[in-house]
Amino acid sequence: MTSGYKTQKITSSIVVNGILILICLVWFLPTLGVFITSLRNSQDIFTSGWWTVFPHKENVPSGEMKIDPSVNVDEPIQIEGITATFEELRQGVTLPDGRMLTWYGNKRTRTVIVTEEEWVGFFFKPLTLENYQSVLSGKEISFTDASGNQIVRKGNNLSDAFLNSIAVAVPATIIPILIAAFAAFGFSWLNFPGRGLIFTMVVAILVVPLQISLVPILQDYTKLNLNGTFLGIWLAHTGFGLPLATYLLFNYMSTLPRDLLEAAYIDGASNFTICTRLILPLSVPALASFAIFQFLWVWNDYLIALVFLGDKSRVVTYALASIVGEKGQDWHLLTSGAFVSMLLPLAVFFALQRFFVRGLLAGSVKG
Amino acid sequence: MQKSQEKNSGMAGIVGGLAATLGRILISFFVPVITFLVLWQVFIFLRDSNAPQVVIVLVAIIWGVAGVALLYIVSNWFVEQLPDPWPRRLQPFVYVGPAVVIMGWYLAVPVLRTLILSFKDDIGVKWIGFDNYIFAFTDRIMLETFRNNLLWMIVGTSFSVGLGLLIAVLADRTRFESFYKAIIFTPMAISFVGAGVIWKFVYTYKGEGVGIQEIGLLNAIVLALGGQSQPWLSIPPWNNFFLIVIMIWLQTGYAMVIISSAIKGIPMELLEAARIDGATEIQAFFKITIPYIKGTLITVITTIVIFSLKLFDIVRVMTGGNNGTNVIANEFYLQRFTYGNTGRASAIAIVLLIAVVPVIINNLREFNKDRRAF
Repeated sequence: MTSGYKTQKITSSIVVNGILILICLVWFLPTLGVFITSLRNSQDIFTSGWWTVFPHKENVPSGEMKIDPSVNVDEPIQIEGITATFEELRQGVTLPDGRMLTWYGNKRTRTVIVTEEEWVGFFFKPLTLENYQSVLSGKEISFTDASGNQIVRKGNNLSDAFLNSIAVAVPATIIPILIAAFAAFGFSWLNFPGRGLIFTMVVAILVVPLQISLVPILQDYTKLNLNGTFLGIWLAHTGFGLPLATYLLFNYMSTLPRDLLEAAYIDGASNFTICTRLILPLSVPALASFAIFQFLWVWNDYLIALVFLGDKSRVVTYALASIVGEKGQDWHLLTSGAFVSMLLPLAVFFALQRFFVRGLLAGSVKG
Repeated sequence: MQKSQEKNSGMAGIVGGLAATLGRILISFFVPVITFLVLWQVFIFLRDSNAPQVVIVLVAIIWGVAGVALLYIVSNWFVEQLPDPWPRRLQPFVYVGPAVVIMGWYLAVPVLRTLILSFKDDIGVKWIGFDNYIFAFTDRIMLETFRNNLLWMIVGTSFSVGLGLLIAVLADRTRFESFYKAIIFTPMAISFVGAGVIWKFVYTYKGEGVGIQEIGLLNAIVLALGGQSQPWLSIPPWNNFFLIVIMIWLQTGYAMVIISSAIKGIPMELLEAARIDGATEIQAFFKITIPYIKGTLITVITTIVIFSLKLFDIVRVMTGGNNGTNVIANEFYLQRFTYGNTGRASAIAIVLLIAVVPVIINNLREFNKDRRAF
């Protein structure tokens, strides 16, 4: 009875883990493929799949033999101590010592290719960081394509794009947090006419799709000469991030104990002191949650950068998307570019995942 | 004599006080103006300078962040200089004002402006009635985008939520829960453009010919199983599903995390009691787990449906909307930025807005339920 229960438990555990491992494999393989490809020699990428870097046995050509013109190829042929017909040789014949003979082309070539099974893979052919150098550089780059031709292209200058992304993402994360933190303090602790109504508006515009704003805001930007400026895109990200930020921070700040604030007021602290010295430090978990949210959102954003920043200061998503457009088959550039674009968000994500999950759980739907 | 002296000193006091107030007002007027001018000068520098990029980036970051902080400090200081009832009355608006102005400018007012533009012609001058809406609801391409968005919503959402639920429930029973969850969750940190590249590589197709090796994972698997390699992204309507796979790959992690935390909230006693009463695992799942996390499931479904409604980047990067894969948000982009038709683009944006109205109403209702005190 007990042992039956135990076996059942072990079986179900194997089934459960099996399903999960399978799903995880499906989730992980595409990224692994891109990562490995980004480290391969450009010519190899075009001629073999990325999975071939794993050590495996493959038939590698080691030489060729010419059949003497006197031999009649329509009859079984004596070769390397065995006898085989042309058809058999076309299919490939394995010799007792492990080598394989394969006829090359039609009968008239009279050529047999000898291949040997050998271990191949990245242990035997080193990986390279060259693709990363190419994609980061803004200068001319050259690489070898599938047929061995040398190709020269203008580099994509992803290092510049990386810097631009930082210049966009850092202020576009901090500015909305600052503004939202003050606003959330005002909404949760100060009394003023219209408080309820204005905050209800904030809740209402939480899920408004940002496409609504693009046309009119672009008109304003053209008038104000803000198109293609950092200030313009910071403000745009601030505008689109503020409802969520205000809402999240309000939810958090309004649960802080009232006694704490009253004590501070009695001690004669001004609103500004209370906000910056008391409320903000106490709200660090909520601020951090939103900061990670907003940072990932801004860094990974393509639409707003495309519309408001455009070609003038390319951010990584824009640069990557234009590699896809211009050089859709240059996989060595695409894969290394993709990894450059993922580097920082992945680092932030893994370092601060706890806060990110907390932010998610606080109910964040962004317009 | 004494009286007049007293009067004099009183006068002096008033004059002195007035002068002080005037001085204060003058200073409090100039400080913000100077602050603003300095910030403006740096802005001009940033916009027009040809300094090395690292310098520009550093100046930009410091200027942007410090500028906003400075504006708050200065305006707060300014309000505190005012005579008595005013600081108390104005201060809340120093805190709330900037946020309200920016949200108003970027989201609230544009709703009206876009609505107005949607009744005008392509350059936003002449009124043309409902023409743009007739386009939005009858044009062949628009109908195609509606069909595709519906596919994204139904297939994408059900698979993301279904898989998220499955993984959350299964992982809850293993020792390696956090490992499995980390792998599924990680795509959330990747941009749609990056995800596009990753999956474009999976689907890549080289075609038939002598000595051609398929380097895409999907085609290699299909070939290994004895099939024919295919240009997956150019066969309608199936290419839509291959794009939707990318969204599922990105969103399942989100669904999983939220659902998983809801599942952890189910009291153990409830499940134990059910098991003692002889319920099978499957019965327990449908009779206890699902009803218990229903609210969470609805939230997750709503979020992912909204996401799939506004989806843009994946389609833009992978196919550009060609071969029958166009979606509403991409058509919006094409109308506005490729064909330059503001009116039609605005009408499409309004269509998107109408689609989320039920969610807005629901949000407001929930919010009022939670905070009656407000």
